Amino acid sequence: MGILEVKDVNKRFGGLKALSDVNLSVQENTVHAIIGPNGAGKSTLLNCLVGKLIPDTGSVMFDGKSVLGRKPFEINQMGISRVFQTPEIFGNLTVMENMMIPLLAKRDGAYRLHAIESIDHEKDLVETAEQMLKDVNMIDKRNMHSASMSRGDKRRLEMAMCLVQNPKLLLLDEPTAGMARADTNNTIDLLKEIKATRDITIAIIEHDMHVVFSLADRITVLAQGTPLVEDLPENIKGHPKVQEAYLGEAH
Amino acid sequence: MLGLNKKDFSLLIVVAALAFFAPIILNIFPKDSALSFFNGGYPDLMQRFAIFGIFAIGFNILFGLTGYLSFGHAAFLGVGSYAAVWMFKLLSYNVVPAIILSVIVAALFSVVIGYVSLRRSGIYFSILTLAFAEMSYRLAYSVLTPLTNGETGLQVYTNDPQILKGDGPSVPHLFGLEMRARTELDIGPWEFTFPVGYYLCAVILVISFYIAIRIFRSPFGLTLRAIKSNQNRLRYTGMNPKPYMLTAFVISGMYAGLAGGLLAAMDPLAGAERMQWTASGEVVIMTILGGAGTLIGPILGAGTIKYLENVFSKMNEGLLHQWFSFLPDFMEDGVIWVVSKFTGEGWHLMLGALFMIVIIFLPGGLIEGGQRLMNAIGMGKKKDEQSNSAKSEPAE
Repeated sequence: MGILEVKDVNKRFGGLKALSDVNLSVQENTVHAIIGPNGAGKSTLLNCLVGKLIPDTGSVMFDGKSVLGRKPFEINQMGISRVFQTPEIFGNLTVMENMMIPLLAKRDGAYRLHAIESIDHEKDLVETAEQMLKDVNMIDKRNMHSASMSRGDKRRLEMAMCLVQNPKLLLLDEPTAGMARADTNNTIDLLKEIKATRDITIAIIEHDMHVVFSLADRITVLAQGTPLVEDLPENIKGHPKVQEAYLGEAH
Repeated sequence: MLGLNKKDFSLLIVVAALAFFAPIILNIFPKDSALSFFNGGYPDLMQRFAIFGIFAIGFNILFGLTGYLSFGHAAFLGVGSYAAVWMFKLLSYNVVPAIILSVIVAALFSVVIGYVSLRRSGIYFSILTLAFAEMSYRLAYSVLTPLTNGETGLQVYTNDPQILKGDGPSVPHLFGLEMRARTELDIGPWEFTFPVGYYLCAVILVISFYIAIRIFRSPFGLTLRAIKSNQNRLRYTGMNPKPYMLTAFVISGMYAGLAGGLLAAMDPLAGAERMQWTASGEVVIMTILGGAGTLIGPILGAGTIKYLENVFSKMNEGLLHQWFSFLPDFMEDGVIWVVSKFTGEGWHLMLGALFMIVIIFLPGGLIEGGQRLMNAIGMGKKKDEQSNSAKSEPAE
């Protein structure tokens, strides 16, 4: 049993079959990449995992519990954190304040009224946040307004905000999309480090083959809403079906 | 001090000092001088400064922190006033139960209105709150006349039960201390008035301000700012924005109810016009004019508007003739014709113009104006934590 089990998931948008009979099993403490050409249903699948979409049929089990019908914040509380394609951070807040929100969510749950205590008195949370910022080399930016940072830094911050919650599963939606090569390599290094130092499962949706092959333990290839193959990276590279899907000869 | 950092504490001291010395500061011009026209230190006006300051502080907790623009907050003010007058009618003229009930009733109202309105965001939220406030206003005039006394307004009659009155005073009082009691102080040409009612409002203003600072600096306040910034991220970070929003809405509704209760405590009357949309709009203007999202901005905005309202609506044509008499006749008439459109009855035109100027040139409100002024004369330090975290955004 994997930590994430997707069984026979179907999703239709009107006449379009976005996902058909998707089965996926992500094993604990592995990096599992989901690749596929545009329109393969990667994002739809991800949205079904985080509660943004509900599949028409099938089941999604995380850590032995179904995530179907749960709201995004409930799914996060179960231990899934996600990184968006374009970094989603709290632009109005400083880097440190950005880090405090996930920590508060982790400690206090989806809602708890702390209206009078001062945020400065949350020593434990501040320490944890500082440690995390050190880990991602952002401690010198702690008082910076997050909206004014570079895209690479925003991505780094978003990653840190997810990691500081110690999620069981980290979902990455094209984490290097639109990044310069140098930023992409930084992100790869960061992810490698995360993988090496933490007990964490990562599911990654990615276009960039360089990223996929330098990180993934297992790869699922999705095409036209169906998984074509699931295998080790070295077997995926030369797989005829994959080449077909990417070069469009299937049509 | 008091759980605040140094900067916030000094801000609190400034507000407390301003509130405490307002009767002196506002009557700075000697009684008989020509400038005494600009004095604002009489009880009725000072009470309005404090009361609308409280109203704006509360409104700012919702609008300034979360960015949700409510256009119906006057409904809570009106409801608070009605509740307070009912306490006068049923119990006694003591203001304590009246004020407490006005806060409770406003809280109940805001739970209901907030729960429904917060199902939408942005302009739809604003329209829903506006609709609710207009509904309350119309209901107060029609179906609910037994509770609100319709157009006459709710007031206390001699045959009301007032079961706890005994031989207590027949005007609002705080355990026997009458609200309209005052001490006058004459120093040379200066004349100062220290009204009891004002000081009650001022003490409550300072307490309200203190609570607002605590909220701004709390994890709850941080979460509200995160809601303004990016609700999507917040949801995927494991927090449910809805109950946080509702809490903020109810807290600001309670502040409005408190203000309404105090209005009734100063003058035991309540009318439906307090709930009209113009009254809701006024608090929006106060908050933005002062600086939405800043701590002290709303108080400044409320004070500025109430003061200007007082000064400009007092300027009648006779007074203008007196002022412009130095001009040749043909010019005098022309100038007065123009100026009179902006004064007296037409002072809203002045308010509108002022509001536009502030929005266009000082989107951060008077606070931003102050900061720029400080920077210009070289007194301002570099942008520090306070101005960063309380950074104001243009109205949404």
